Amino acid sequence: MATAPGHAPKYAQLSLIDSIGKKMPLLLVPILVVLGFLLIGSTSSWLTLTVSGLAMGMMIFIMASGLTLVFGLMDVINFGHGAFISVGAYVGISALLALDGWTGAPSLILNVAAVLAAVIAAMCATGALGWGFERVIVRPVYGAHLKQILVTVGGLIVIEQLIQVIWGPDEIYLTRPEMLKGAVTFAGAAIEKYRLLAVVFGLALFVAMRLVLKRTKIGLIVRAGVQNGEMVEALGYRLGLVFIGVFVAGSALAGLGGVMWGLYQEVITAGMGEEMMILVFIVVIIGGLGSVEGAFIGALLVGLLQNYVAFLEPKLALISNIALMTAILMWRPQGMMPVVKAK
Amino acid sequence: MLTHLLSGDRPRSLILTVLLLAILAGLAFAPFLFPGVRSLETAARICIFIVLVASYDLLLGYSGIVSFAHTMFFGLGAYGVALASTHMGRGYDALIVGTVLGAIAAALLALLIGLFSLRVRAIFFAMITLAVASAVAVLVSQLSGLTGGEDGLNYSIPRELTPAFRLGKLFDISITGKILNYYLVFFASLALFLLLLRIVNSPFGRVLKAIRENDFRAEAIGYRVVLYRTLATCLSAAVAALAGSLFAIWLRYVGPATTLSFEIMLDILLMVVIGGMGTMYGAVIGATLFVLAQNYLQNLMGVAASATEGLPLIPQLLDPDRWLLWLGVLFILSVYFFPTGIVGRLRSED
Amino acid sequence: MSEPILELSGIHTDIAQYHILQGVDLVVPRGGVTMLLGRNGVGKTTTLRTIIGHWQTKSGSLLFNGADITSMATPARARAGIGFVPEDMGIFSDLTVEENMILAAASGPLDPARLESIFAAFPPLSTFWKSEAGNLSGGQKQMLSIARAMAEERQLYLIDEPTKGLAPAIISTMAGALRDLKQKGASILLVEQNFAVAKALGDTAAVMDDGRIVWAGQMAELANHAALQERLMGLSMEAH
Repeated sequence: MATAPGHAPKYAQLSLIDSIGKKMPLLLVPILVVLGFLLIGSTSSWLTLTVSGLAMGMMIFIMASGLTLVFGLMDVINFGHGAFISVGAYVGISALLALDGWTGAPSLILNVAAVLAAVIAAMCATGALGWGFERVIVRPVYGAHLKQILVTVGGLIVIEQLIQVIWGPDEIYLTRPEMLKGAVTFAGAAIEKYRLLAVVFGLALFVAMRLVLKRTKIGLIVRAGVQNGEMVEALGYRLGLVFIGVFVAGSALAGLGGVMWGLYQEVITAGMGEEMMILVFIVVIIGGLGSVEGAFIGALLVGLLQNYVAFLEPKLALISNIALMTAILMWRPQGMMPVVKAK
Repeated sequence: MLTHLLSGDRPRSLILTVLLLAILAGLAFAPFLFPGVRSLETAARICIFIVLVASYDLLLGYSGIVSFAHTMFFGLGAYGVALASTHMGRGYDALIVGTVLGAIAAALLALLIGLFSLRVRAIFFAMITLAVASAVAVLVSQLSGLTGGEDGLNYSIPRELTPAFRLGKLFDISITGKILNYYLVFFASLALFLLLLRIVNSPFGRVLKAIRENDFRAEAIGYRVVLYRTLATCLSAAVAALAGSLFAIWLRYVGPATTLSFEIMLDILLMVVIGGMGTMYGAVIGATLFVLAQNYLQNLMGVAASATEGLPLIPQLLDPDRWLLWLGVLFILSVYFFPTGIVGRLRSED
Repeated sequence: MSEPILELSGIHTDIAQYHILQGVDLVVPRGGVTMLLGRNGVGKTTTLRTIIGHWQTKSGSLLFNGADITSMATPARARAGIGFVPEDMGIFSDLTVEENMILAAASGPLDPARLESIFAAFPPLSTFWKSEAGNLSGGQKQMLSIARAMAEERQLYLIDEPTKGLAPAIISTMAGALRDLKQKGASILLVEQNFAVAKALGDTAAVMDDGRIVWAGQMAELANHAALQERLMGLSMEAH
């Protein structure tokens, strides 16, 4: 069957303004970095702050990515996500403390092995916890936002308290493995090794996540499911299973973020996940609920802004993120890269 | 007359009516029925939390909006009184100015947050309020020059409202300014509660409920859903601020831990859910039970913890500091199995 | 006559508090196009969504190929061989045309021969193969939506208003594609407001009103019977 006469295929080209508008969020990070440079003045301070801002951003992104996908896929908002951050940190740091023979030795291989072991332990623990959480806490309240919020907040409290029962109520201090201590000097700026590592690691993870989402079938199912879950099911895919997979992966990533954050701060508390959740929520909201790219950009913005402002005007650091959120919501009420939901 | 006071919204359950009357009587005659500093503290706390929880119910139960900033509004009212009393000096004018400004500030802030978040999706509100409230809590502890930081503020209130003021004896109880202060709290709370009852039973309250049930339909019928929700948020915030002012007048002290902490937010959530969402009377039952339990059950946990000292894990679980653990469990269970709360259960039994 | 491909008996479906389907009895014969007709809001879309499983039935039974699928979940129904083209087309607009098609082949990689025939029916899909589906025109989206249902061997296609809002030239492309599909032996249950298209494609027809099937028979009988049309479907058909 040939095309009907007179029907020449047309493609609705985006106008220039539209395509700039679509790419605009990508420009915000470089704009903020340049702005930071102009305001800070000193190149070395700026470099130090930029690296720690990026490191912080990467860690927040790791924690936020699962949350945003879980919401996008099943319209589930999980206020208990922060608990996975804390549990990840406690399990991972306990593993590190147990392996103090490896972390104390000035050997890169042993140090990396210890960190890797800690990360794997943390991710397994939080992945399993996530699976249980989905089954027990979230499953009965699908489709009811109000109950979801209440019940997941309840779950957050219970897990935080259980951490205190198991590990005691006091914060735990730690030191990083030998080879991750100290800083390298670059262009007159002292940059902590660990922060550089966090940036590289976070970037690698983001690239890997994007590859999975773009190039694999499961990634396609997830992306399609965020837009129109019903249609994905009508094509024959069991979205419920995919969702559990994403929930578990997202919980494991939160655990990973918890370990990284613990190593970054060199102290962990049961309430750390709850505190991080505030930044995570800001990131998820300004990125656009359901959008991984949006969360990535949002996380970098939050990390950079927090570090720049903490240097320029310390008392405004936390408020700066609220201001950022306000500004972005004024510009785009649905966040920077909202997911087009089929209605 | 009574029905009119209750805006036609009667308890609709015999047991509930008896309970409510008992609470009312207990609170009204608390200084005489339960003499002693500690029980008066408890009674005042119950009064204030009834208002705070009822104002939260307007949001959660009647409008279906989850907010984590209710303590922020509560705190605004409290700090309003504290700051006014600190800067204007001891006096009723300071109390009034602080109270009014606190309530206005709370309503304005609620309006701002509402306009930003409710316009898009109601769940944005939960996340945004959480972020804003925590930022404000941090800000308050950082701006120590203004707010006293973590230590909070101590200030003087008019002498007639303090224990130093003595009026004489009644039924063997010496009537001090503290008791006058208590009655200020009691009657103000009663009035605010009746006001809230009036609001939820007005046409405005009925529209809120319609929106909660089905916002698409309410919008289709022609109600400006965002407008109604934002208005409910502002009202709720203003009443929470008024409760905060009462709290500040009663305690003569404000600090981040007593007014702004996330823990108090959780307490409020729990009181609403256990009492019964969307019933107003649930706030009375929930707040009374909760405050009593908080004051007396925690001691019991301590006793139980030391009694089980030799056993593994159990003492840690029963430690009074793990109070929140049990509250969390209770909270989850009540949302699942008891979503209408005590009031809902009582009403369905009659 | 062979066993029908699909049989609905006494189907009741509620959406929230509304009782939409009030006892639908419908038989879709194997092979050929069955038209599901009726005024707006009588339950045609709900019927299709109930068959694919997006709405749960409250009572009644669904037989597909003689097997009871009433309690099966949507993905299982799809894998059993039911293709669904929803009214809103259900395009994944952030994905490319290619990615939409890859997803549509749920049981394995896309079959190149099948893809060739799809490209022949809908040339724009090959032109815009790597473009985001959200940027396609309305007609192209509809083509993609039907092409997705054709990406795998299906026994029954549920297609909801494929010509809605399309230009006449594209409508004839659609009609041609559906005719091809029919000639390959597929069974199609088609909701259509355009009576000319219905008349041209339909073999059998069922007319709905108020959540029930009120008439069923040969399409030709309905097409030649103006009074019957008027009684069943009122003025909505006069316009065409």
